Amino acid sequence: MPDTQALVNDFLNKLKKRKIEGSQATARQTAELLRSVISQQRVPYTNQAGALIDAVKAIGEQLIAANPVELAVGNIVRRVLHIIREEDLSLTTAAIGGLNLSAVSDDENDDDRDGDSTLSAAAVAAAARSTLRPPSLQTLLEDTPVSAAVPQTSSSGGDSEGKTADKSSRSRKLKHDVIEAVNELIQDIVTCHEQIAEQAVEHIHQNEVILTLGSSRTVLEFLFAAKEKKRSFRVFVAEGAPRYQGHLLAKELVARGLQTTLITDSAVFAMISRVNMVIVGAHAVMANGGVIAPVGMNLVALAAQKHAVPFVVLAGSHKLCPLYPHNPEVLLNELRSPSELLDFGEFSDCMDFGSGSGSPLLHVVNPAFDYVPPKLVSLFITDAGGHNPSYMYRLIADYYSADDLVVQRRATAGN
Amino acid sequence: MDSRRSSRAVIDPKVRQVGFFTSAPLPPDRTQSDPPDPIRSPPLADASSPGNSLSPVMIPPPRHPSDSLLRLPHSPSDAFPPPSPTTTTTSLGDFSDDVTAASSPPPAAARVRGRGSSVKQQGAASSFPGGGFEVPPSVKAPSSVPASGLTTVSVVKLPPGISVEVQSDRALNSKPLKEKTSKAERRAIQEAQRAAKAAAKAEGIKTPAVTALANAKSAKSTKPSPQRNDSAVVVAASEKKGGDRSVEKDRKKDVPHPRMQYDDKSRVQKLKKRSVVKPTEARNRVELFRHLPQYEHGTQLPVLQSKFFQLDTLHPAVYKVGLQYLSGDICGGNARCIAMLQAFQEAIRDYSTPPAKTLSRDLTAKISSYVSFLIDCRPLSVSMGNAIRFLKSQIAKIPISLSESEAKATLHSDIERFINEKIILADRVIVKHAVTKIRDGDVLLTYGSSSAVEMILQHAHELGKQFRVVIVDSRPKHEGKLLLRRLVRKGLSCTYTHINAISYIMHEVTRVFLGASSVLSNGTVYSRVGTACVAMVAYGFHIPVLVCCEAYKFHERVQLDSICSNELGDPDSISKVPGREDINHLDGWDKSENLQLLNLIYDATPSDYVSLIITDYGMIPPTSVPVIVREYGRGQLWIYEECDPLASPGRCSDAVFFVDGLIFYPSQHLVLSFWFPDRPPSGLNNDLLERSDNFVTVAENGNFTNFEL
Repeated sequence: MPDTQALVNDFLNKLKKRKIEGSQATARQTAELLRSVISQQRVPYTNQAGALIDAVKAIGEQLIAANPVELAVGNIVRRVLHIIREEDLSLTTAAIGGLNLSAVSDDENDDDRDGDSTLSAAAVAAAARSTLRPPSLQTLLEDTPVSAAVPQTSSSGGDSEGKTADKSSRSRKLKHDVIEAVNELIQDIVTCHEQIAEQAVEHIHQNEVILTLGSSRTVLEFLFAAKEKKRSFRVFVAEGAPRYQGHLLAKELVARGLQTTLITDSAVFAMISRVNMVIVGAHAVMANGGVIAPVGMNLVALAAQKHAVPFVVLAGSHKLCPLYPHNPEVLLNELRSPSELLDFGEFSDCMDFGSGSGSPLLHVVNPAFDYVPPKLVSLFITDAGGHNPSYMYRLIADYYSADDLVVQRRATAGN
Repeated sequence: MDSRRSSRAVIDPKVRQVGFFTSAPLPPDRTQSDPPDPIRSPPLADASSPGNSLSPVMIPPPRHPSDSLLRLPHSPSDAFPPPSPTTTTTSLGDFSDDVTAASSPPPAAARVRGRGSSVKQQGAASSFPGGGFEVPPSVKAPSSVPASGLTTVSVVKLPPGISVEVQSDRALNSKPLKEKTSKAERRAIQEAQRAAKAAAKAEGIKTPAVTALANAKSAKSTKPSPQRNDSAVVVAASEKKGGDRSVEKDRKKDVPHPRMQYDDKSRVQKLKKRSVVKPTEARNRVELFRHLPQYEHGTQLPVLQSKFFQLDTLHPAVYKVGLQYLSGDICGGNARCIAMLQAFQEAIRDYSTPPAKTLSRDLTAKISSYVSFLIDCRPLSVSMGNAIRFLKSQIAKIPISLSESEAKATLHSDIERFINEKIILADRVIVKHAVTKIRDGDVLLTYGSSSAVEMILQHAHELGKQFRVVIVDSRPKHEGKLLLRRLVRKGLSCTYTHINAISYIMHEVTRVFLGASSVLSNGTVYSRVGTACVAMVAYGFHIPVLVCCEAYKFHERVQLDSICSNELGDPDSISKVPGREDINHLDGWDKSENLQLLNLIYDATPSDYVSLIITDYGMIPPTSVPVIVREYGRGQLWIYEECDPLASPGRCSDAVFFVDGLIFYPSQHLVLSFWFPDRPPSGLNNDLLERSDNFVTVAENGNFTNFEL
């Protein structure tokens, strides 16, 4: 236990200090951290799932608070919670299937309704789907036992003591399964580039002209995959001030033999009329299909829309955030240091100027992210295939359970 | 008022009247309106003025009718409505009498005379307007007057050598209209003028035969300037006009000339042979922009600097300016244009015509060589192109009879006037207009650094308006930083950000003010790269976009994208980020075959994104740009030339000065410009009047006479 705490603290520090760059790295490290948390967690004899969920939530809460803008952290925490629930559910349904304890379930069902009224139909459906039994007509008709099982498994602080006898047999199995599944998740995160890149040839044709902004590993792999398949095409890279990650991307592309043109961000509008497709990475994808992306992306998306150029967003599934954005430009954004824009030394004399009230005359605004509304996005390409923005909510329902949408009980920041 | 207006109409000596008012239902102004080829023919421009006199509307009618008119047979006295013969006004004071007299004259008088020799006739005609009415001074006037008895003379250039002078009174038509409008309205408000025009039209239709009056004032104004220069100029111009008419027409079709395409190898070769600067081709040229010059940057400057003392073909002043362009010390449309013109001024001052050559030819060639040098240093901006066209046409207009020193003095003052009126005064007018669009509590966003916008912001601040400024900047020039510094120094509250954050900052913005390098006639705003992005986002947020641009930067070219014509900057400034040593990813990579660095300088903002264009002619929608280009584009300059009292008070006798700096040219269709209260025109004493009732006229010798309405 103490060593996990140390790990957690270390990771928290990194998050707070923004030492971890990129949502993929963050996601992977979060998943690894949670894996070790789970493996260290002492499981009580009863209600193992509940204990695991509590432990993960407690840590997840801290992690999210450490960097509320890095949505990948919350995503992974929720994914892990979802995994725990699913594993538990599958075990439970197996048990139920074997023992057919419908009466007990019914009783518990009442309890749970009192305690946890936030169950949504979506969660029920997800749970139903994830059980080994497909939703046949019969299961729909005999709805009661299934739905009974769901609340039981998903109750967070649940004190379901009914099934103690059954669980003893699978107590060790749950933790093992969960860790197994988290490993799979980590694997997914690590390999999502490849899975996305595999689809590249389906989207890039010969002599295509592609524009991208900033740098994204996913985009790089995607373009390179197409290049490897002997497609020849040109890439315009907008440099993505103030971080100028575009330079990095351009360098990588050139190193791999792609025809690359580096342009300033201001030239995006001028050049986009000659571009066939915009392919960009994302920081996070919201449930409504909106995209949180590096600053400047909205500009590109608007220009693309004006010229009817497809705007394609590449996003690994760890970037899918189950939340709906509210005022994302402000709430899901952070302001970076003005020194990226202005040299303090250069402007120190001006900055001293202040009106009588003490408010300075000069403000420097340097946001880190942009929000691209779903209507500007033509297509999402995830490791689960291509999807419309309007479908993202459904995709998200596959990865998360509705109970976990709100990880923090008290604080609202970051959610 | 009436008298004044009428006088105006009467006055125009050079106006070519197109004639059919009587028979044709077309309002006379239409026919007249035909603007001369803006570049070449000053007289035509003058001619258009009569149209104006009819309708003081700022925007003249379409030209086609005029063309048809031009083709009219000379003979047709019938064709033209008989203008009332104007009585020459004897005294200034007698307006009313004159007017009545004018109106009374019989319509039957024949206005049109075919003239065998265009030159001579025209000279007479031109002189006539000026002198004809003036009682004492006009020598030539009498001759012309007796013949037609017309108040206004319009010279129509027939294609080759034949000029028809139609004299008609437009004053009549215009007069009724004008009574209603106040002076101030006329000059300042386009709308008012438009209305007036409409009215005028109507009137013209109703009473085609009405005669115009000559009022004393008009007479005065018409009075030919005593200097022979003017008349000579006119003659020359008219001459040219007659001869060149068809040529000009052809040229019109081609205008604007196709630009140099740098992917045309043979032409590039030719160009290279000529050029002083020997640029080396950039290594990795951007494929899409092969048609633009892409040369190695940074190599020419040292070479040129070393050549400074070896190049005798170039005037040092021009040379210096070229170097400044090259090094980027001078940038911005206005600054570059002014620097260039001033260099030309110096060059002209030091110029002497070689033996056996004529000044106009040789000087034009000289200027052309300067210009091509400047192009080598940096491609011309549209504003500079327009200024050069102006200068060349001025040179071409110089009569041969003029002595060299006089000609040089004329050109000097012409250039001076161009700078003052087209740039400095225009900016003042723009500021006046734009400030009305700033309210307390506004958050104004601007992009890059536009001199006009800066003046607007400062002026609004001086007026005590409470507003905040958002300065959006972009790589690689970071011009916004300089603007930021200046504004903060002045005490304006500023927010600074970069162009990627535009959608973040746009939430709080209420107005967007943008500068422009040029406004093209399809309404496209050609400006610093990134302007289109800003306008697009503002449009998306439903925030008004106001583009501030002096009218001399308007151009009749059209453009839909930013690719076909543009300018490329130094690619190396893309790969390096000054002040950010950590951004060095491209060090060493920029030599790679596959990497191209594109540093666009301009982009084209579609007119949909532009709510308003603020020019010296007022605030117009982008759809009105072609109107300004066509009717005021370069023709305007001629009007200034004829009557700008600032430069030569004697030349234009009908300018009206007001205390607040406004100048009104009653006889021209140009309505307003400004003089500087701190720098009054020579000879202008404290007789300036309030705009309400009084005004001042200028006597021929530069003395100003107080004049009361």
